[in-house]
Amino acid sequence: MNEQIREVLALTNRWVKRLSREKFSMLFTLAQPMIFWLIFFGNLFQKAADIQLLQAPNYMSFLAAGVVVMTVLNNGLAGGIDLLFDKENGFLERLMSTPIRRSSVILSRFLFVMAITGMQILVILAVAFLFGVSPETGILGIAVILIIGMLFGVGLTAISMAMAFTVKTHGDFFSVLGFLSLPMIFLSSALVPLGAMPGWMQALAFFNPMTWVIDAVRPLIISGWSQALPQVGMALVVLVAFDALCLYGGAKAFKRSVG
Amino acid sequence: MHMSTPAAIEVSNLGKVYDSVHAVKNLSLSVQHGEIFGLLGPNGAGKSTTLRILITTLRPTTGTATILGHDVVKEADTVRRLIGYVAQERAIDRFLTGREHLLLFAELYHLPKHEALARIDSLLKLVGLENDADRVAKGYSGGMKRKLDIACGLLPHPKILFLDEPTLGLDVQSRLNIWEHIRKLQQQGMTIVITTNYLDEADQLCDRIAIMDHGEIRVTGSPKDLKASLGGDGIWLTLIDATPEILEQLTTALQRLPFVRAIQTRESGLDIRVDGPEKALPAIMETTNSVAGCRLDGIEYHRPRLDDVFVAHTGRSLTNEPPEPTD
Repeated sequence: MNEQIREVLALTNRWVKRLSREKFSMLFTLAQPMIFWLIFFGNLFQKAADIQLLQAPNYMSFLAAGVVVMTVLNNGLAGGIDLLFDKENGFLERLMSTPIRRSSVILSRFLFVMAITGMQILVILAVAFLFGVSPETGILGIAVILIIGMLFGVGLTAISMAMAFTVKTHGDFFSVLGFLSLPMIFLSSALVPLGAMPGWMQALAFFNPMTWVIDAVRPLIISGWSQALPQVGMALVVLVAFDALCLYGGAKAFKRSVG
Repeated sequence: MHMSTPAAIEVSNLGKVYDSVHAVKNLSLSVQHGEIFGLLGPNGAGKSTTLRILITTLRPTTGTATILGHDVVKEADTVRRLIGYVAQERAIDRFLTGREHLLLFAELYHLPKHEALARIDSLLKLVGLENDADRVAKGYSGGMKRKLDIACGLLPHPKILFLDEPTLGLDVQSRLNIWEHIRKLQQQGMTIVITTNYLDEADQLCDRIAIMDHGEIRVTGSPKDLKASLGGDGIWLTLIDATPEILEQLTTALQRLPFVRAIQTRESGLDIRVDGPEKALPAIMETTNSVAGCRLDGIEYHRPRLDDVFVAHTGRSLTNEPPEPTD
């Protein structure tokens, strides 16, 4: 066990080093959701949005939960990319020829993606705070947001890694990624409440796990515990099922690829 | 070697099927302790697939392989502790420094910290990378990456070292340096397996080679024995506008000559084995001129080369093989 901890830490350390040497890419990865979605989108619709329909003090506070979960989505779905490149250039082969537990590579990736996602969530909440959005449920609420975000992230990262191990070329990977991510956002309550959508979109959004996650994070930010708790409970049920499914699929894809 | 000592590597009836394509078929070979063994063949011949099965990163569909008596599937973890793997140079993390690569692998091989640092220093010195060890690999030349690859492969002090195309794409000087390294390792008692599609590498570096084509081993032996077994010197004829009819007529005519041992047809000419060049060369040219429509473009005489061995066992030249997707 001790050996496995060493392996996972060494591999995670590699992901951290890689990110820290790609300063440009790191800056954009971290800043993109804040600049694009929260600051531009949030302020753009500040006046246009119907407060009545949103059931939020303003659009920015409504959007904050959506941006938090969108960040989890993007980080999670991109979580397998580095493994995809490792697979393509042979680095994965090299890693797998060493006497490490097969799971260490996967675990290191989860650890890394979750750490980055957690930090980004905190930064987004801090930026939202600068625009006057302060979470009604306080520090404890932020901790719950982090837990929910990471639970969602685990399943998404598993999907991404499963895809990385399955696709033949990285072109395929990015096509599927592009196909998945925008509909996931638009067919959820990230940008507008379900009540504001046409019926068929509502129906689709209902089956999107992202909707459930956002609907739990949002009251933690704008309402308070009494409204948030039942939603958080529902989200946890949905996430446990979602993660179980994704991890099962991911494990199968991994086994098929690395044995 | 004592009879009861198992070979360093024993492979029997190995097969690998990908999506109903037989990448490796019914492959058997054994590698002796302390030898440099080469898998020679064009891209797609099944060399890399075989190598990946031996380093435990790919499961065989059929058959077995053992490394120092340990099964590569059932005892994969034990095997991984006995071997070193030198990957192709693109399997380098361009964002890590040379030293960071070695530190990462030291952790993955569970080396004690102080020993890891000592080994890394001496390996960096051994491969001559000590001055560039703290630069990120992005700026390394092909030769430097290769040196780093070798250092990574040697880090666990392996009993058997596997090298995948060790000099692919390197300049002459770097190739000679790498060969020199590999020979030194052999002198220290290491068993070494390489894949290569360079004939001269197989010829000059390997004690024994297995020629692979279409997933199968065509022949195994030392380069010297393989060349000797061809018998006779080679004469290559290349014709202008060679049609199958002309080639056939010419073959029939040449077969009547007493010193011609064997004739192989190529696309634009013939590969002829003869007993001695003195009489053969003039007679072959004369015969060629006597066949209607047969115009000589070139004639080449040489002692048996490994290339001829390759042609004799696969029916085509390795150097003329167009690159296929890697296996």
